[in-house]
Amino acid sequence: MNAVSQLDQVKTGPWNGGRSPWSVEYGKIMMWFFLLSDAFTFSSLLIYYGAQRFSKLTWPAPDKVFQSIPGIAEHGAPLVFVGIMTFILIMSSVTMVLAVEAGHRRAKKEVIGWMIATIVGGFMFLGCQAIEWTHLHHDGFWWGHIPSAEELKNFFLKPEDVSLVAAQQFANLFFTITGFHGFHVFSGVVINIIILIMTINGTFERRGHYLMVEKVGLYWHFVDLVWVFVFTFFYLV
Amino acid sequence: MSEHTHTTDEHGHDDHAGLSKGKIWKVFGILLLITVIEFIIALVLIPKGYMTQHIGNYVYIVLTLLKAFYIVAYFMHLKYEKLGLQLALTVSFIFIIYFIVLMLIEGGFLNIHMMNH
Repeated sequence: MNAVSQLDQVKTGPWNGGRSPWSVEYGKIMMWFFLLSDAFTFSSLLIYYGAQRFSKLTWPAPDKVFQSIPGIAEHGAPLVFVGIMTFILIMSSVTMVLAVEAGHRRAKKEVIGWMIATIVGGFMFLGCQAIEWTHLHHDGFWWGHIPSAEELKNFFLKPEDVSLVAAQQFANLFFTITGFHGFHVFSGVVINIIILIMTINGTFERRGHYLMVEKVGLYWHFVDLVWVFVFTFFYLV
Repeated sequence: MSEHTHTTDEHGHDDHAGLSKGKIWKVFGILLLITVIEFIIALVLIPKGYMTQHIGNYVYIVLTLLKAFYIVAYFMHLKYEKLGLQLALTVSFIFIIYFIVLMLIEGGFLNIHMMNH
């Protein structure tokens, strides 16, 4: 009798059930776990890229491949354009945190404003990436395509460094990894737009909290986080 | 209904008001500063020979991890979550560290192998 009543007691310890041990809402935990798995996917791609670079004797020099600012300078400005892209993405991450912060205060108008800023930042980044891809494509790089051996001399540190295999691996991995990242940015923008519409409709106002803004915020910051690594390993190292 | 959900302790952020606007801009400043340092290394220090590309690569990776820390800890709010969640999300990367070591050793071996042929 006594034992049964003990079993019936509601347990209150953090790991005994009855309440969330991490004090995180279910959807948010699931977003975190999704991002963890996504981080593994991106890690695998970048690690394969690293293994390829380690195995090759030479590799296209980023300062020579990426040295144009579309519409301003064709040559001689390494890293400037990607610097602008990086700034745009960090900036849109900041506007996203500001939207989350406004959500905590349940300030609907401010959430709408910052969400719009974030979406604009996302579109700007995607536009820049489209230009970057077009530029590299015009140079002759694409999945399965590289410029001729003669043209490739412009993209390696020294003319005798030219390696067709390394150039092809670079082209394939650049388009695959930045493409996969760009796809994440695109889906992030779409999700942000959905959340913006829900905010305008007052869905979160009625719900009493803006947790959905936090969840898409996590996704958006993750996209920024991946870019930090892509930027380092493709443009700097 | 909405009152009920708001009073449960499911909302971790209710314990602390989240990041203040000042803190957000401070973290933004740090991220921007780190990026500017990376640019100075890439555009000035390495071309002028103050730093070798080899040393530069290590510095880039350290700075990148620092940026990642600031994004995850502050923007993604992980610093303010419970220790259990922090551990679950960070310790898992032990597999990635193992994979990095494994693949880079493999790549390095192939490099030596190619040089001999």
